[in-house]
Amino acid sequence: MTIASRFQPRPEGALRLTLDGAPLTAHPGDSLAAAILCHSGEASRTTGRDSPRTAFCMMGVCFECLVEVDGLPNVQACMTEVRDGMAVRRQMGLRKLGAADV
Amino acid sequence: MGQSDITLIGGGVVGLSVALGLLRAGQAVTVLDGADDDFRASQGNFGLVWLQGKGADFAPYARWTAQAVAAWPEFAASLRQTSGIDVALSQSGGYEFFTDVAELADFTADLARQEAHLGRKSYEVLTGDDLRREMSGIGQGVVGASFCALDGHLNPLRLLRALRRAVATLGGRIITDAKVTKATPASGGGFDLTLANGARRGAGKLVLCAGLGAAHLATSLGFNARIRPQRGELLITERLADRLPFLSSTIRQVDEGGVQIGGTHADAGLNDAETLTMMRGLARHAVTVFPALAGVRVVRSWGALRVMSPDGYPVYARSSLHPEAFLVTCHSGVTLAPLHASNLKDWIVNDATAPEKGAFDDNRFALSTAA
Amino acid sequence: MSDADLIIIGAGPAGMAAASIAVQGGMRVLVLDEQPRAGGQIYRNVGNGAPRGWLGKDYAAGAGLVADLGHPNIRAEFGATVWRVEVGGRVIWSQGGISHISAAPHLLLAGGAQERPTPFAGWTLPGVMPAGAAQILMKTAGLLARDAVLAGSGPLLYLIAAQMIDAGAPPKALVETQTRAMMLRALPSLPRAVLALPTLVKGVGLLQKIRSAGVVRHTGAAAFHAEPNDKGDIAFSFTAKGRRHRIETPLLLTHQGVIPATHISRAAGVRHRWNHAQQAFEPIVGPWGRTDQPHIHIAGDGAGIAGADAAQAAGALAALDILHLAGRIGEDSRNQRSTAPRAALTRARAIRPFLDAAYAPSPEILAPEGKTIVCRCEEITAADIRQSVAEGANGPRQVKTATRAGMGPCQGRMCEITTRGILAACGTSPSPPRARTPIKPITLGEIASLQEQNA
Ligand SMILES: Cc1cc2nc3c(=O)[nH]c(=O)nc-3n(C[C@H](O)[C@H](O)[C@H](O)COP(=O)(O)OP(=O)(O)OC[C@H]3O[C@@H](n4cnc5c(N)ncnc54)[C@H](O)[C@@H]3O)c2cc1C
Ligand code: FES
Repeated sequence: MTIASRFQPRPEGALRLTLDGAPLTAHPGDSLAAAILCHSGEASRTTGRDSPRTAFCMMGVCFECLVEVDGLPNVQACMTEVRDGMAVRRQMGLRKLGAADV
Repeated sequence: MGQSDITLIGGGVVGLSVALGLLRAGQAVTVLDGADDDFRASQGNFGLVWLQGKGADFAPYARWTAQAVAAWPEFAASLRQTSGIDVALSQSGGYEFFTDVAELADFTADLARQEAHLGRKSYEVLTGDDLRREMSGIGQGVVGASFCALDGHLNPLRLLRALRRAVATLGGRIITDAKVTKATPASGGGFDLTLANGARRGAGKLVLCAGLGAAHLATSLGFNARIRPQRGELLITERLADRLPFLSSTIRQVDEGGVQIGGTHADAGLNDAETLTMMRGLARHAVTVFPALAGVRVVRSWGALRVMSPDGYPVYARSSLHPEAFLVTCHSGVTLAPLHASNLKDWIVNDATAPEKGAFDDNRFALSTAA
Repeated sequence: MSDADLIIIGAGPAGMAAASIAVQGGMRVLVLDEQPRAGGQIYRNVGNGAPRGWLGKDYAAGAGLVADLGHPNIRAEFGATVWRVEVGGRVIWSQGGISHISAAPHLLLAGGAQERPTPFAGWTLPGVMPAGAAQILMKTAGLLARDAVLAGSGPLLYLIAAQMIDAGAPPKALVETQTRAMMLRALPSLPRAVLALPTLVKGVGLLQKIRSAGVVRHTGAAAFHAEPNDKGDIAFSFTAKGRRHRIETPLLLTHQGVIPATHISRAAGVRHRWNHAQQAFEPIVGPWGRTDQPHIHIAGDGAGIAGADAAQAAGALAALDILHLAGRIGEDSRNQRSTAPRAALTRARAIRPFLDAAYAPSPEILAPEGKTIVCRCEEITAADIRQSVAEGANGPRQVKTATRAGMGPCQGRMCEITTRGILAACGTSPSPPRARTPIKPITLGEIASLQEQNA
């Protein structure tokens, strides 16, 4: 099941990113968490016990928004501004030791 | 108050282990434990069950540690049975990594002396290249290592909780927020205890296991040991999905996935703050030994105070002034837990000889105390 | 060597006001903030991006403060996460993966607040967020919720509802936990609150807007429960007026007020106390923001929740006191110049007792029970915590070590206060939990390559 974004659609943004390989657009100045929330209503990570989570506090406090950015695991998406060409992956389970194989 | 009633002051790993042994021997046991913000080595330690190098200069300690390490598997199983908690014991061998050739040589000499005390060899020494061939990911800065197949570790926080539950399950009473500030002999035998909150209570036999909190009580009850704090600092990282390929005395991955880094020593009095210098030193050590750790985040650092006797070895002493008072204190309380839970009870209950023929008695400090 | 005369941590109203006064007094100021731009929580992203009229006049007012940061003697660093503050005035901060050490004789902590965690069954599900987070998404990305439900209590809930209405994304319902009894208890504080009349009037205006927009309101709501429905939306149920209600919504936004962010001040060794009226820990500060650590001042919501106007005034007072302590202005001058901010502070604080009583957080989120998750990082439930207490854990440290609650990457920010609530409900009076460095997670590589510039 794909879950639609829980937010109203915005005009297409000029920046192009990928989320798990699929295209995603964003506006300059967006936090990565905002861009992901705007794109989809699904979990952006799962916990060590497989529970689904999405960005929560949006202010750097809760660490629920952790995703993998350009191979770097456990990046706080709410504190990261989008950049053109960012390759983002949802992080399923705990992070790996080494850089992930993207 | 019954004759067999034993009160332990201190509900850390040492006190609870001793309590467990006494309960298993059928004694009635009460454990008095202090405040939440007391210095608690049991909550801040590294969780090693470690033999390598221990007692190189004191044969009884080498033997005692070897015996404890061997007793762990059975003890862990019995703890699980009584408490329902698995302490995540793993004894698949541990390394001591070196970045300095001279330090490796010194430690190898220690190991040789320890071997002589134990009558068998339990270690091997590897060069940096040996290591890197055996295991991928070891940094170029590592010049060598020693390895002991008997070394291991466990989850110390779960150990504490398991001991607590086991003591309660076997009918021991654990009273918290009961910090003893004074212990005086009662006229009819036994002791009168005064608590920090002003309350008073009686005790038959008294076993002092209060770690750093025992220092002044020990003196007042006529013991010779001067217990001092020694600060160790630790780092813990975020949890990882994969496993580190090694266990070392300074870097270990806890069963939940975080990597703990430790091994600093400082005399800082009763100050358990973490310092930037040590944090950086630990981080450098970790990325030198295993460079892939560089990208892993530290979630917390902390200082914890080791409970040290003057020579660093355990103290199992009976007061010469008040023979019903015992002092049990040591640094490696996790490693020694199985023995504390079995080999001390005859000494405390039945006047049997103290462990290792009394080698850990505090009369070894009598001279230095008098001086 | 010192890098500045004053280091300010936080570029919200408190920090910005202080920076402006300190440079006017001749100081060199280093401002560090973790967010990508100045503004703090209230003036997030102000003066940047598309104009968003629906955020209101108050929001636009922040632009002046932000502009003041352009002074040549202010060095403002953003994306700069402070992870250690040392007694003696050293601050260690991380930016772009590199850590720096800065030192100054004076330090002002102006790190503000965080939203109070609102644990209830289902609050970890995708589709449940704090209302303040949704407001941040509006401010920074123009992102508007679809058919959201707002639930909880507090003035911010009304403000956000009104902003959503003005932006064309009205909430489907407003589910409030406050009861008539709480309002009655708050009434004796009302006369004093009249000092803050404009704020009260603003509040009444918000309520009117919500009413005329036809938003369904429930009050006295309790027993929150969220679960996913088959579309992945949230099925939110609660009890109000003796009846169980159920609303389906893509986004459930909860709010129960804000609490001071105290990790830095606790880790820096400042003494803290429990504020019963606000149900939160706060540092103990004097009338000028001084703490028991000689070189550390605290201003703004980080010293106790009082809102943006109070934060701005407190920032000014702290800066004046720091100028005085540094020998740059005399005591008389400090006192004289403090009249206006002191009066503003008194005005802004006057409404607090009323708000604190009327919109007190609901007991079920302060001390939850059963399978409700308390520690989101480590997935520790209220029942787990209660069990550890029953087994003898008599304070925050022992609960933490027994259960792992608070050991995850958020370092206890989402659970410490709930653990405290449960301990209190179990009859203990727990002291503030200790905070240690790093205050935010930092990589081993970054710590290892730290250069001792000022050693
Ligand atoms: C989510 C949320 C939404 C709110 N919405 C409103 C609203 O709409 N209207 C309203 O009137 N009030 C609102 N408030 C309350 C209002 O934000 C505060 O009253 C006001 O911002 C307090 O000002 P301050 O300067 O004390 O703190 P803040 O404005 O919070 O500024 C503190 C700054 O310090 C920074 N900081 C914190 N820790 C570190 C660190 N370790 N390293 C570097 N920087 C750090 C933060 O990034 C932040 O930018 C809200 C509060 C929250 C938490
Ligand atoms: S959403 Fe809470 S830290 Fe990013």
